[in-house]
Amino acid sequence: MDYLLSEEQMMIKELANQIAREKILPVRAELDETEEFPWEIMNILADSDMFGLYIPEEYGGMGGGILDNCIAIEEISRVCIGVSVSFAASGLGAYPILLYGNEEQKKTFLPSIASGKSLAAFGLTEPDAGSDAGGIQTTAVKDGDSYILNGTKQWITNGGEAATYTIIAMTDKSRGARGASAFIVEKGTPGFHFGKKEKKMGIRASATRELIFEDCRIPAENLLSREGMGFIVTMKTLDKSRPGIAAQGVGLAQGAIDEAVAYAKTRIQFGKPITSHQAIQHMLADMTTQTEAARSLLYSTCKFIDSNPKNISKEAAMVKLFATDTAMKVTIDAVQVMGGYGYMREYPVEKMMRDAKILQIYEGTNQIQRNVIGLELIKEYSGKKTKAAVR
Amino acid sequence: MNIVVCIKQVPDVTDVKIDPETNTLVREGVPSIINPFDMYAIEEGIRIKERLGGTVTVLTMGPPQAESALREAVSMGADQAVLVSDRAFAGSDTLATSYTLSTAIQKVESVDLVICGKQAIDGDTAQVGPGIAENLQWGFAAYVRKIEEIKDNTIRLERLMDDGYDILEVSLPLVMTVVKEINQPRLPSLKGKMRARKMEIPVWSADDIGADPDRIGLKGSPTKVWKVFTPEFRHQGEMIEGESQDQVERLVSEVRRLKIV
Repeated sequence: MDYLLSEEQMMIKELANQIAREKILPVRAELDETEEFPWEIMNILADSDMFGLYIPEEYGGMGGGILDNCIAIEEISRVCIGVSVSFAASGLGAYPILLYGNEEQKKTFLPSIASGKSLAAFGLTEPDAGSDAGGIQTTAVKDGDSYILNGTKQWITNGGEAATYTIIAMTDKSRGARGASAFIVEKGTPGFHFGKKEKKMGIRASATRELIFEDCRIPAENLLSREGMGFIVTMKTLDKSRPGIAAQGVGLAQGAIDEAVAYAKTRIQFGKPITSHQAIQHMLADMTTQTEAARSLLYSTCKFIDSNPKNISKEAAMVKLFATDTAMKVTIDAVQVMGGYGYMREYPVEKMMRDAKILQIYEGTNQIQRNVIGLELIKEYSGKKTKAAVR
Repeated sequence: MNIVVCIKQVPDVTDVKIDPETNTLVREGVPSIINPFDMYAIEEGIRIKERLGGTVTVLTMGPPQAESALREAVSMGADQAVLVSDRAFAGSDTLATSYTLSTAIQKVESVDLVICGKQAIDGDTAQVGPGIAENLQWGFAAYVRKIEEIKDNTIRLERLMDDGYDILEVSLPLVMTVVKEINQPRLPSLKGKMRARKMEIPVWSADDIGADPDRIGLKGSPTKVWKVFTPEFRHQGEMIEGESQDQVERLVSEVRRLKIV
């Protein structure tokens, strides 16, 4: 479907597609096998100006919006979400600075992220705090002109590879989630170490590591916004980054359809290509309808977010939920369409199915997305708004 | 260093179809690309500029639609582009093309180096690069696989040969053709694509470059194509038949006779 993208957006799509086809496709199976971090591809994306799509020009970016970024993520994801997550997670690490950084912080940290010279990462999850952000154990204690960080972050995408980290730590445990604060921590800071690289079911090209803070002293000016804002910073960041995960879902689902249709056209059973069998046709029809619906929701949501509305939590959660559930279903069906071949590592759909699962888990599980949507819905129907909605 | 890179727009032969009636190339609907060897020339030009400063001007002689090839080169990082285009150039062979391009190059300000791909994938002549050097009366290096150093108006490079490579040291200005071993062409950047979209590309006519009317187009092209044909497919294989033992013996004696072993 033609979504009437701007000329600039078409250029982004075209270039991201070219990078995916020419540079990622030939190595994706190998990256999955070796679990090697795709630095070479990150550098190509950097040279092509892809890392700064959503960052204002004054900080070295291209000055576009969420839609621009999601178009790039979608095209890369069509070939490999192990690669696209490393790309997208840099945005996740950058958004807190973009949304809550002061001028000095933005000028210091955004240009190298926008140029792709360095990657960013976001550190929220801990062994005992994921969906429940209030359970964070990492602490930041003010000491003169510094904060001293102690604790461990878990499953951090781009951990060890990124240069700039946004870390959520407790400055006042007694206040629960309201006692959390956000800090910028640079790789190489004494007391900041990385744990082992995790072995994962999918997205194996990406790096997922523990971040360990042992009396890690950072300058007090690396505090984002003010103490106690960590939870808000996190929520607003996730609102902006969730459409990117949806874009991964849409791209991945499309990639699975590409493979399944191409295969089904050549696979002969009962004397004709299996595309002639209605059982297969119906599966492919459902896969493509669901994917197009997800894409429509993604683009509409991005356009809505780019118009700078006040609250986007519900919309961001809805698109993340719908597009990633779709990706899971479509990739499972792609394997089914391809039968035994689909299950073999020689074909890419088994990897796509393995990769898809994480989309329903990270950046807030799809159960958490439903919580967010439900809560926002109830808010909308409370008080005066009810009458307006009924009318 | 001011560098001119000469490029040619060619049909994408990976996507080509042959008309079974006439045995000729079906041109309609075949996408056009920059001649792949010229991509290495563009990349090398940009790399030299990035190291030593200066400008890269891409030049092509062709119909108006060749402009898209120039825009692609600009999106990779070329600074300027010129389309040399005129109905009077139609039907040019390699002699007329080299003359025309060399005349256009003389219009570009203070050029130190001209880089071309080793040959175009449609004509495969490899004549235009040396032809330009001859017309300009400049030095020429073919099949360059590496530039070792550029300093004090000389350039040291490696020229790929059948049995190895030569190291040459030549003075500038120079025309060279490059082979694929020289580099890995980059992809365009988004900023480059945007700049390329907006860029005004001048079109130089035969008059603009002051070309001698007798040396351009059909008139300036002594090459005559008598016939284009598809070579007949000859089945040269010989089947050895009989019992396995005999087959093996005949195969061995045949291989010995041909001195393969």
